[in-house]
Amino acid sequence: MDHVILKNVTKTFVTKAFGKVTAVNNVNLNIKEGECFSFLGPSGCGKTTTLRLIAGFEDLSSGEIWLGDQPVSIKNKNFYLPPEKRGLGMVFQAFAVWPHLNVFENVAFPLRILKKEKSVVLDKVKQALKHTNLSGLEEKFPAELSGGQQQRIALARAIVTNPKVLLLDEPLSNLDPKLREIMRFEIKDLQKKFNFTIVYVTHDQTEAMALSDRMLVMDMGVIQQIDTPTNMYNNPRNKFVYGFLGLSNFLKVNLSDGKVYPVGSDGVSIDCTIPVDFSEDQAILASRPNEIDLLPEGGYPARIKSRLFLSDYIEYRVDVGQTEIRIQSYEDKGFKDGDLCGVKFNRLKWYSAKEEISEAERERRKVI
Amino acid sequence: MRTSKLRGKNELRKLDGFKFDTGQILLIISVAILIVTVALPMLMIIYNVFFYKWSFDWKLFAQMLTDPDNLMAMWNTIKIAFFVTALGTLVGLFFAWLIGRSDIPLKGLMKSLFVVPYMFPPFIGAMAWGLLLSPRSGYINKLFMSLTGGRTPLFNINSLAGIVFVEICYYFPFVFIQVSSALERMDPTLEESARIAGANQMTVIRKITMPLVVPAIAAGAMLILISSLSHFGVPAILGFSRNIFTLPTKIYELIYRSAGSFEGIRRGASLSVLLVIVVVLALALQRRLLQAGHYDIIRGKSMRPMLIKLRRFKIPMLVICLLFLGIIVVLPLFIIFAVGFLKAYGLPLKLENMTVENFKNVLFVSKMARDAIKNSFFLSISAGIITMLVGTMIAYVIVKIKPKGKGILEVLGLLPYSIPGIVLAVGVILTWSGALHINLYNSIWIILIAYIARYMAFSLKSASASLEQVHNSLEEASRSCGASHFESLLDVTMPLIRPGMVAGFFLIFLPSMRELTTSLLLYGPFTRTLGVAIYSINEEGNTVQACALAGVTILIIIAGEFILRLITRERKGR
Amino acid sequence: MAEVRLDNVSISYGKKTVIEDFSLHVEDGECFTLLGPSPCGKTTVLRAIAGFEKLQSGEVKLGGKTVASKDKRIFLPPEKRNVGVVFQDYAVWPHMTVAENVYYPLKKKKIPKEESKKLIELTLKQVRMTDYAKRLPYQLSGGQQQRVALARALVASNDVILLDEPLCNLDANLREEMRFEIKQLQRETGNTIIYVTHDQDIALAISNRIAVMDKNGKIRQLGEPEELFKNPVDSFVYRFLGLSNFIPVEVVDNKLYVQDESEKILFSNTLPASIKKKTFFAACRPMNIQLTRDGNLKGRIKQVMFLGNIYEYRVQLGKYEIRVQQDAFSAFKNGVFNQGESCALQMNNLRYYEDVEEVSA
Repeated sequence: MDHVILKNVTKTFVTKAFGKVTAVNNVNLNIKEGECFSFLGPSGCGKTTTLRLIAGFEDLSSGEIWLGDQPVSIKNKNFYLPPEKRGLGMVFQAFAVWPHLNVFENVAFPLRILKKEKSVVLDKVKQALKHTNLSGLEEKFPAELSGGQQQRIALARAIVTNPKVLLLDEPLSNLDPKLREIMRFEIKDLQKKFNFTIVYVTHDQTEAMALSDRMLVMDMGVIQQIDTPTNMYNNPRNKFVYGFLGLSNFLKVNLSDGKVYPVGSDGVSIDCTIPVDFSEDQAILASRPNEIDLLPEGGYPARIKSRLFLSDYIEYRVDVGQTEIRIQSYEDKGFKDGDLCGVKFNRLKWYSAKEEISEAERERRKVI
Repeated sequence: MRTSKLRGKNELRKLDGFKFDTGQILLIISVAILIVTVALPMLMIIYNVFFYKWSFDWKLFAQMLTDPDNLMAMWNTIKIAFFVTALGTLVGLFFAWLIGRSDIPLKGLMKSLFVVPYMFPPFIGAMAWGLLLSPRSGYINKLFMSLTGGRTPLFNINSLAGIVFVEICYYFPFVFIQVSSALERMDPTLEESARIAGANQMTVIRKITMPLVVPAIAAGAMLILISSLSHFGVPAILGFSRNIFTLPTKIYELIYRSAGSFEGIRRGASLSVLLVIVVVLALALQRRLLQAGHYDIIRGKSMRPMLIKLRRFKIPMLVICLLFLGIIVVLPLFIIFAVGFLKAYGLPLKLENMTVENFKNVLFVSKMARDAIKNSFFLSISAGIITMLVGTMIAYVIVKIKPKGKGILEVLGLLPYSIPGIVLAVGVILTWSGALHINLYNSIWIILIAYIARYMAFSLKSASASLEQVHNSLEEASRSCGASHFESLLDVTMPLIRPGMVAGFFLIFLPSMRELTTSLLLYGPFTRTLGVAIYSINEEGNTVQACALAGVTILIIIAGEFILRLITRERKGR
Repeated sequence: MAEVRLDNVSISYGKKTVIEDFSLHVEDGECFTLLGPSPCGKTTVLRAIAGFEKLQSGEVKLGGKTVASKDKRIFLPPEKRNVGVVFQDYAVWPHMTVAENVYYPLKKKKIPKEESKKLIELTLKQVRMTDYAKRLPYQLSGGQQQRVALARALVASNDVILLDEPLCNLDANLREEMRFEIKQLQRETGNTIIYVTHDQDIALAISNRIAVMDKNGKIRQLGEPEELFKNPVDSFVYRFLGLSNFIPVEVVDNKLYVQDESEKILFSNTLPASIKKKTFFAACRPMNIQLTRDGNLKGRIKQVMFLGNIYEYRVQLGKYEIRVQQDAFSAFKNGVFNQGESCALQMNNLRYYEDVEEVSA
């Protein structure tokens, strides 16, 4: 069953300095019950605004939002349910735990609003604290706790009423990398235990891929792709998605007579097949550093510009035509700076060389 | 290897760089300045009250303490301060919330207008309200009586309630400013997470927003409380004619009536001790009542807070705001200038009764007025420069060098913050009129010393704030680029805090321009300040001239305030 | 160019001793990294070289010249040591333009205008900031400000450049880019560089040699990056240099078993020669473990996470959880394991340690 449904959702802001900005542009989305769904994108792409529309902190400019079979926002009927009536749980980037209340009272707050009996409150708070590894800290105030613990309070507070949908707005980005990794597991575990529907907003592709059943990549207010993490990683629909999902090499090439010449290559071509449906005479070939091999012989001839030893792998940089290509190799093949070598692309994705969004437009959107 | 040779101690010192020595020298100078300007006057008060010819003597103090007149004054002081603090806090809080969290229109305009009373000299405000609401001759009361045909005035401003009202008008911005900025800095997700948790808007205000701004309210209320307890101008102008005294006005009256005799000053000093005790007790009590933690509410990505829709209350609320602003800002301003343009006090406010003679007179003819303008400029500029420089130096010692004795510096520097101006003036008289074989009485220097002591805390606070913005590594970077400690100070630290220093100058210049309390006790025949001149001209009954001079003062202050705004805005742009 | 030498240096703040009897010799033209958890006194060492800390004992020499010595009562202030420093918070002067920032050390050295101009141009070109010479720092991004700081330090000294966690305030992508550039720059200029960081990736990437320090300010191991990574002397260094699994093992009948009361799991037929104890730990990096369908060391997949370029598995081995990482590209080719499946672990580059130390406090 679909649990969070967005139909033709659009949100525009009018700002004094920058005029009208469409933060979310005609978004259609069905998130299934019990699914962990991530919104991934750079800052200003509209992912947080979309989440806030679901939460009810912003009203729609047009479209509809449903939670299961209950409408929460329908613009053309002027129907809008305030956030407190939507029955959601939410965790914010800056934790948003209340500094004047202790851990217990922070977590008990939603229950107190519901006017639950004392024993029920006690019991449920205890449960929530146990699940978030906070037992024993009931009497502490947030200021006495670490960032990770504060975020756990926020989590406990969000799950204490056992909501069906949990909204998470970059919950880990204020934590240090090690803690982020641990919390990632804890969130995943919680979801397994309670089977929430999770909507997770992040700009960290690793986090999104690690946590999600499905995810979407957004840019400039428009959904670029919706898919499972592996499908999306293996088949990014466009260059933007490709670039956002990990380290990337983008090689601009000219096509002539069925051969592929990197720009500035002096007539040396790359050994690869042109997809049948590709008809332009220029292309961008995308590749990941770990999908390229360095050979002693054969392949596209190049010279090692630099070699960096990076613990688990060795990173080489070589020029293919005018473009610098990064290669990560898990085995040390003994190449040194200045050595000649051959570059072999094991997997290439083909993108049109035409579509480019202006940087100025991107900057403008960052402001809102 | 030149350096590896053993060297004499002095040469080693030189090699050591300046840090150690510069620090010590600055520390000694700073302590010396603070002892002379701040600690000495306080010690002189205590000595003169409790010692007579080098032996302990508490009779005078006991006698003053049992005088029913003085007790009455103390009681009045407490009553006024209580109501001003309580009501002023409510008013400030209400408007801060309205502007910070509701969708009321014209926010930008109102935000700046609500701060105006903060710059308005309260004693001029008191004069204005006297003109409007004094029982028989106030313009509003006259209008009211002619409308009703009765002989009962609408409101008698020359009363405790009147004093409370006027003080509220000028002190509520303390809470307004504190709470507004707390609301602005507060992470909106703190409130949003409560909404998500199921709380409606009213519950969020009650359970989350209000508790979180309690520290800001407490800070603002404390400022109101100290200011009101030590305030002189308003009760002096509105209370003297009805024999309503507060402790500060009583101190003044005792000294004034004795024509500056030593006995009078000693009595004044005794009451000063009492006043300080009241202030300290009030502060302690308030701390207890509002034991609020220090919350860190400045975090997270900046986002628009959800504004509460006033819906049908929108227009009524706007009207209330504008009406309130009209009454406390526009009306007094209008009446000061209107009366300043009158040919003679008492004439109806009609165009044919208007003249520019009064302004001409105070600006170009009257020696007293022109002296006052000159003196005030001289005092404010010199106090501004000296205090700003000294304050910056002391702040540098406290913030950057951090020597062992920095605690003393902080206490001494911030002490005058809670010492009433009138008490400081008494201390300055006792110290600098011959007791230490230096007699500055009747000269302008004694006023300057008092100003410096009084405003040191302002300067220290603003300089510390701007120095803390300058991270240590900035100076270290220049050291490693080959600059000595002194050169680093000159090339890096100074330029970076320069805007802060200029702002700090204005923070002293402006209150000095409108200063009344200390000057009134310290002025001599040729050293009247603007405040003193307005006050005396007004007391002489020459109301139109007083208003003209008050008008001039207000214009100067507005100009200064405008420059200050420009500077601080520039800083934010960086 | 200059070598840097610290001999028996001790520094304390009040009663707390930060580093004690610390000796270090950095060679001319070397890129040397002090790597350790925070706090471990590595920044203090750097500040002692720069002249921002006084010594309780010992001696600091720059290019053969003593700049600080407790015994000889020498303390040269920072401005006389001719070292360039890059700070963690950039410390670019906000009231000066990029060019003015870089000019300042030259001004202090009283270098003629013409010559200065050329030097500024050259250095700004080296850090790729030529187009920004007239900008004020607030108009620059964090990475650009760090480049300005770098240029300023390069101009301040052509002997020794000290860098104090210069990249840790930058975001991940930029950090990666900058470490590459620092390496490049060092090759071009040939300065002696001392680099302080807690990030082992950066340390391994840019250094000629690394000293790994522990929380007590002691150097645990000193050596070239690849050697250090391949042969850590103890579990602390092992753990600090990368992700790690420590599996408790025991010797039974001259064979190595995983320590487990309920199950008997043969870990290896051969015993490490270096260890005399009966129970100890086998260390293996997640990337060095291969998952196969068949093999001796059987485990069960507990959790699978796809992280883009790598697949991360948590594998249950007896009562222990082992972290395994595989290059996603080859994992796709060779087949991905699912949760609950059984698998075999093949561990390469195993190391053995007698005990396991915590890295962070």
